[in-house]
Amino acid sequence: MTLIAETELQSFVLLRLGDRRFAVAANQIAELVPPSRVFRFPHHTSEVEGVILRRGRIVPVCDVAEKLIGKGLNSRRFYLIAQRCYGPQTEWVALPVTGDCELINAEMSLPSDTDAPHVSGWLSHAGDVIEVLNLAALTPGPSELAPVTSPLQPLEARP
Amino acid sequence: MHPNSPIKAPAPRSEQIILFRVSGQLFAVSSASVQEVRGVDSLSGAAKEISQPSLRKVKHVVRRGENSVYVVNAAMHFGLPPAPPALVFVLRRTRTALLIDGIEKMTSMTRLQALPLAFCHEERGWYRGLTALDQTVVPVVKPDGFLTPEEIFLLDASLSQEAEAEATRIAEENAQNGIDTSVTQ
Repeated sequence: MTLIAETELQSFVLLRLGDRRFAVAANQIAELVPPSRVFRFPHHTSEVEGVILRRGRIVPVCDVAEKLIGKGLNSRRFYLIAQRCYGPQTEWVALPVTGDCELINAEMSLPSDTDAPHVSGWLSHAGDVIEVLNLAALTPGPSELAPVTSPLQPLEARP
Repeated sequence: MHPNSPIKAPAPRSEQIILFRVSGQLFAVSSASVQEVRGVDSLSGAAKEISQPSLRKVKHVVRRGENSVYVVNAAMHFGLPPAPPALVFVLRRTRTALLIDGIEKMTSMTRLQALPLAFCHEERGWYRGLTALDQTVVPVVKPDGFLTPEEIFLLDASLSQEAEAEATRIAEENAQNGIDTSVTQ
């Protein structure tokens, strides 16, 4: 019985945006890095504010705060570098966050039909109910490359 | 016995690029894509005005051989604040000449990263990708990304209409002159 309960636990990274916390499946997270210079150039994808250079890779910065908490971030403490699925491909995206991140093990409840597309589930942790984010629905990408797999499945391809 | 010869790693392939500025923003283009660099003053005699209301980034056309080359204002194309252009790139294998502020330098890139898929609008047609140079990220433009085939079609149509209108005007003037001549005779 205990064994079954333990196998249902999954690892999540909790991130903070303003006063709220959200979760992303830990297997989608590459690293947490301090803010670095954002390089900007002309484009029409409003959700992307620019790119950062990380380990020789050019990583788009997607501020998801506007969608999640209704306002952009004035300050940021870290970038959470996450893997974002584009159909069979995965790429890194940098999500600005306002506070420390935390790795937890928790059991995820599935979303209901009325939940927003960016909600891939719910966690109960330390008295809070926390949205688990579906990055494929939250961050921009070509619509023809809509993800065919659940974002919580292990990612085999590297960005 | 032969001394061990060090195994040389193959040199990374590099591509010559031109870094140029438009409204203060840095871009790169492959040197091989630039057929000619001219000052804007040198265009003034050769360029003819063209007006296509839906394409405000093109205001001039230059006749080169059998082709019309459309002069694209790069600042307007990218939605950047207007800046007085100083140079024109005539882009090879396109019908585009590009108005830019100036050339920063010529250099080479060894790695071109595809534009991240998070960028999902018109910019996918604008850039071949991004390159990191001296800890800076520079977008590398697609020479054929400044005018789509549809835009060229529109401009060609506009040009033919103007040519027809001009021909009609000349014909009418000639006819008018003919009448006038007959009257004076």
